[in-house]
Amino acid sequence: MMTRTPLARRGFLAAASTLAAAPALAQSASTLLNVSYDPTREFYRAFNTAFVAHWTSLGQPRPTISTSHGGSGRQARAVIDGLAADVVTLALAYDIDELAERGLIAREWQGRLPENSSPYTSTIVLLVRRGNPKAIRDWGDLLKPGVSIITPNPKTSGGARWNYLALWAWALRQPGGSAATAEQAVTQLFRQVPVLDSGARGSTTTFVQRAQGDVLLSWENEAHLALQEFPQAGLEIVYPSLSILAEPPVAVVDRNVDRRGTRALAEAYLQHLYTPESQRLAATHFYRPRDRAILAEAGTRFPALELVTVQDVFGGWGGAQRTHFNDGGVFDRIYRPGR
Amino acid sequence: MTAAATALRPARVGRATGRRALPGLGLSLGVTLAWLGLIVLIPLAALAIKPWQIGISGVVAVLLDARVLAAFRLSFGAALLAAIISLPLGLLFAWVITRYRFPGRRLLDALVDLPFALPTAVAGLAMTALLANNGWLGAPLAAAFGWQIAYRPVGVLIALVFVALPFMIRSVEPVLRDLALEGEEAAATLGATRMQTLWRVVLPALAPALITGFGLGFGRAVGEYGSVIFIAGNMPMATEIAPLLIVTKLEQYDDAAAAAIGLAMLVLAFLILLALNLLQRWVRRGRA
Repeated sequence: MMTRTPLARRGFLAAASTLAAAPALAQSASTLLNVSYDPTREFYRAFNTAFVAHWTSLGQPRPTISTSHGGSGRQARAVIDGLAADVVTLALAYDIDELAERGLIAREWQGRLPENSSPYTSTIVLLVRRGNPKAIRDWGDLLKPGVSIITPNPKTSGGARWNYLALWAWALRQPGGSAATAEQAVTQLFRQVPVLDSGARGSTTTFVQRAQGDVLLSWENEAHLALQEFPQAGLEIVYPSLSILAEPPVAVVDRNVDRRGTRALAEAYLQHLYTPESQRLAATHFYRPRDRAILAEAGTRFPALELVTVQDVFGGWGGAQRTHFNDGGVFDRIYRPGR
Repeated sequence: MTAAATALRPARVGRATGRRALPGLGLSLGVTLAWLGLIVLIPLAALAIKPWQIGISGVVAVLLDARVLAAFRLSFGAALLAAIISLPLGLLFAWVITRYRFPGRRLLDALVDLPFALPTAVAGLAMTALLANNGWLGAPLAAAFGWQIAYRPVGVLIALVFVALPFMIRSVEPVLRDLALEGEEAAATLGATRMQTLWRVVLPALAPALITGFGLGFGRAVGEYGSVIFIAGNMPMATEIAPLLIVTKLEQYDDAAAAAIGLAMLVLAFLILLALNLLQRWVRRGRA
């Protein structure tokens, strides 16, 4: 979750002021609310500044851009409940699909922008303590006895769902791997989780500041951020042999932009994410840029590792969500008593 | 005498003709009921209607789920325990600030209200930082006794005592302040021991206030979310509170299940508060 309430509150205030200001500003269309997921705060703070400069250089009035951050599911929920987001930049397509299901966004949203509407990608890595005392090199090492693992709750956190699916994909790939062995692996992993936060940022806090657990399953960018923010902690990033290609998607919230008259601004905002300048900015914030040239520029910042997609392994988010995370799914079985 | 009697007359006449000494009853009653309807009854009615879209069997299935039951046990159990712990602590605290004069008393008095004003998330974060096994208090406790407090049910309990205690203190304090010292002195002159005075004179007079404080503290604790989620660890079947489960269901877009849990919490809390209310009336009647 947020860092924690202050930012939640800031998001709420931003939302509230946007709501209050909406009628007056409908004509000038100079406010924009980006409802995003947990670890994107730093990136969007920088991107917003860059976008405002770009937009005003086109002779447009200076827009006020607010962002709100939280667990991806929670954020989508807030938009469903009436938070007047102009754009959503969430952790996974499923959460935007839920908005589409409720008529807030056109159903074919994912085809409206390049690269499945994911301007940057990320993956899941393992963050360990100084000197890697538990000798964690790959997913299999997590399942050893005595290793305590921190991850957010897949029910509420997009990042946690990627964590879970990455482990599942790895387990399928092992000799003799099947759905049954993969289920054993995730069950074993969650047995070794002492604290389940509701969002990625909350788990980072729990791992780094509260010193819980031996390893944090983390977004690649969040892991780098933790290294930067807490240099004295001596944390180390371990790249597993295989991980998942996380494609955090973005979309304009059609119903809100049409009501508020902010469509042009909102579309320009999202398209600007694909410019070389923004791709470079994403890379400096440890999101893997889609632009191959800029990815190459970044060099060793993004070590190559085998990345599988949700489409390949799980047949898309709809199926993955139903099988694994919905009530009564595989994840719920982990916590069923008597197992 | 007659003048006084006639002076009293108009009110009596007024009552007979349906008029009151103070004006505006109709208006104020109307406003009160409208507000009550708007901010209490309508949301509650919405909550009561929402769950049934998954059918009675759906609601029953949600509520009998092992994970939901575990969350209920934790939420209600810890809230009751927190209220029970607050009872002697709150009484002691109220006693100290009303009956003794010492330097810093006013400061202490003001500190009691702090949990009312402090965002509960701040309190939760502070307690977690303090009690986690690398915290100022948590580290020595872990080293000396091997205790872990944060991310355990006991952490939940501590957070709930923190939010419940001020209600207990503030309920008891005014009654204690108004309780004439003469009563205690009279008991002493009639030969009562200090224990007897406390047990037979002071506590019975405080009982209704104690019950009020207990009810308020319990009610506050059972619905507490902000501070608890930080210290609880939020593990299904172990440290997951019912309000968190509601939020989780909402984030899974399962509104009906969330409403079902909410409604069940409401009904349970209402029954417990009703029982406390009846107990209070019985205590009052016993004294009258």
